[in-house]
Amino acid sequence: MSALAHLGSAHSAPGAPGGPATARRRHRFLPYLLLLPGAAWLLLFFALPLLQLAAASLYDPNGSLSTGYALTWAFGNYPAALQAYWPQFGRSFLYAGLALVLALLMGYPLAYAIACKAGRWKNLLLVCVVAPMFTSFLVRTLAWKTILSDNGWLVGLLRDVHLLGPDGRLLATPIAVVLGLTYNFLPFLVLPLYASLERLDQRLLEAASDLYASAWQTFRRVTLPLSMPGLIAGTLLFFIPATGDYINAELLGTPKEYMIGNVIDSAFLVRLDYPQGAALSFLLMSAILAVVFVYLRRAGTEEVL
Amino acid sequence: MARDTPAGDLRLAHLTKTFGAFTAVDDLSLTIAQGSFFALLGASGCGKTTTLRMIAGLEQPTSGQVLLGDRDIARLRPYKRPVNTVFQSYALFPHLDIFENVAFGLRRRGIRKVDEEVRRMLSLVQLDGYERRRPAQLSGGQQQRVALARALINHPQLLLLDEPLGALDLKLRRQMQIELKRIQSEVGITFLHVTHDQEEAMWMADTVAVMNAGRIEQLGAPTDIYEYPATPFVANFLGQSNLIEAEVTGQDGDDLLLTGHGSRFATPRDRARAHAGGVWLGVRPEKLHLVTEVGAVPAGRNAVSGVLTDICYAGVSTEFLLRTSWGQELSVFTANSDPDAGLVPGTQVTAHWHPRHSFVLPRGGENETPSGDREPERIEAAT
Ligand SMILES: Nc1ncnc2c1ncn2[C@@H]1O[C@H](COP(=O)(O)OP(=O)(O)O)[C@@H](O)[C@H]1O
Ligand SMILES: [Mg+2]
Repeated sequence: MSALAHLGSAHSAPGAPGGPATARRRHRFLPYLLLLPGAAWLLLFFALPLLQLAAASLYDPNGSLSTGYALTWAFGNYPAALQAYWPQFGRSFLYAGLALVLALLMGYPLAYAIACKAGRWKNLLLVCVVAPMFTSFLVRTLAWKTILSDNGWLVGLLRDVHLLGPDGRLLATPIAVVLGLTYNFLPFLVLPLYASLERLDQRLLEAASDLYASAWQTFRRVTLPLSMPGLIAGTLLFFIPATGDYINAELLGTPKEYMIGNVIDSAFLVRLDYPQGAALSFLLMSAILAVVFVYLRRAGTEEVL
Repeated sequence: MARDTPAGDLRLAHLTKTFGAFTAVDDLSLTIAQGSFFALLGASGCGKTTTLRMIAGLEQPTSGQVLLGDRDIARLRPYKRPVNTVFQSYALFPHLDIFENVAFGLRRRGIRKVDEEVRRMLSLVQLDGYERRRPAQLSGGQQQRVALARALINHPQLLLLDEPLGALDLKLRRQMQIELKRIQSEVGITFLHVTHDQEEAMWMADTVAVMNAGRIEQLGAPTDIYEYPATPFVANFLGQSNLIEAEVTGQDGDDLLLTGHGSRFATPRDRARAHAGGVWLGVRPEKLHLVTEVGAVPAGRNAVSGVLTDICYAGVSTEFLLRTSWGQELSVFTANSDPDAGLVPGTQVTAHWHPRHSFVLPRGGENETPSGDREPERIEAAT
């Protein structure tokens, strides 16, 4: 805002055409003017479709694409959808949650190492974190399919050391789906975390150790609370898309591992049951919003700890 | 409370720290008596912070020992040392309020009841009522006092202060100097105070060590160092000195006789650190007296004649620059108790001083030149 104010006042130099009154008006409207393209975009491609979707979720469930749909305010679509697909709902949150835990265990040390210990390798390592994004999500997940395949080296190794039975497999198991989710969304967790750890003043860590804090206490009392903003942003950026994901369950799992995203996908594109697909979408959205809300409330108080 | 801890002087023995090929601290040895106020004085970049960091455990010495009492603590982790630091940047925890900042050290050592102690410390540094503020809501001077309280509450055997007053304006700095001195005498903890401000060092400390390029040039009571500096560097870093190139020509009783630039001087033998060959004859500007007629110089005094080139009125004193016949400029300070008019640039004058106010330093190799106008504050500000 202050940059905007500055911009506005630069135009209102005395004697400038239009005079001070016009300048002040421009000053007042400029922020809205700048908002306009983005707002128009959101309205056209987000708010309107969302309304359309909300309407679709209340269509008569007996209609079809060929016979046409009628808006009958069929609120019963919601309980019906939930009743039919609650296991997939549960699985979505379970898998995304497990993947988040794995990602935190890997991502926090990774972000910390890059931000604080990497020295001149910092930029190279950051590129390594982002580099997989240059190939398509689909291709990466297919690559995991190869890595986890029954006659791949990984399964062979795990069978040799008896971590897997002689016919044990990784592909088409919940493990594969969780690993896929972890891998695919890890950068979304690491990057914001890196950004907030990078800003961490190393002298504070020295001060903590000067004040009798062991390495663990320094982490717990200084590093962790100060990286909270990045941690919150990162977990949200990881968890929200992971919960709605369907590619990983589709390619690395079986229908037994299907998540709610797969159900929505098939409702819209295979079964052509628009009301159910829309109702499920809204249920997923509100469930995620609820989780995020509770999380932010808790994290907000945690920050002051 | 500090007296509960076992007695212990701090001894640094041959402490050395190199960064690659660069030697930041070079074979440093010194002893700091328990309970004393010790100042480490030196220009920016001379290795003061590195020395403190080695004592605090934040930097591993390349070689040498850090002894507290008779215990070598050089390899202990920082949080295992009975030493606390007031950092140059304060390094207060931004996510904790003032109370929790001050309580941090106690809590880390598992002490539960911290309330009373924290409040006592906050009132010692005159910050009662600020418990629930965040560091960002305090002024520089207040943050500095929080940093002090946060360190002192642990009753360390030794408190390290790294230019803690550097960021404060002059008036606040004066005030904090007084407060620091008061607090030190109240708590009786050994203070090792690092500063680049020579006045601050002399004013606050019992003992001052002047550091240059990783080494201690001189160590002693402020008056001893000021009145009888050991090296040309000290002579000009701690206050100013006029150093005149001279040769020792002989002795007369207890006096050393010298010749410099055609003039003859005398200095008591016990004020000379060299008794033969090429030397520097030094004298502090405020020991010089100005007269306009050579005949007015009292008998038995050293004298140099020249032309006044500059006169600066500085309130409490007036500072004159005197250009000698060989082109050197000498500084003369006179107190303005009785300002005498009539001296204007261009006046032919003679400066004279009592022989026992001069000192004699050995003159080393060609590369050793005394820099007459080095001011530590300016050096610091430029870096
Ligand atoms: N970690 C480091 N790596 C390389 N050189 C350093 C490091 N720390 C300090 N130095 C160098 O050591 C010298 C002394 O630094 P320092 O102890 O901070 O000086 P002071 O506190 O007296 O200003 C400086 O020249 C500085 O550049
Ligand atoms: Mg320093």
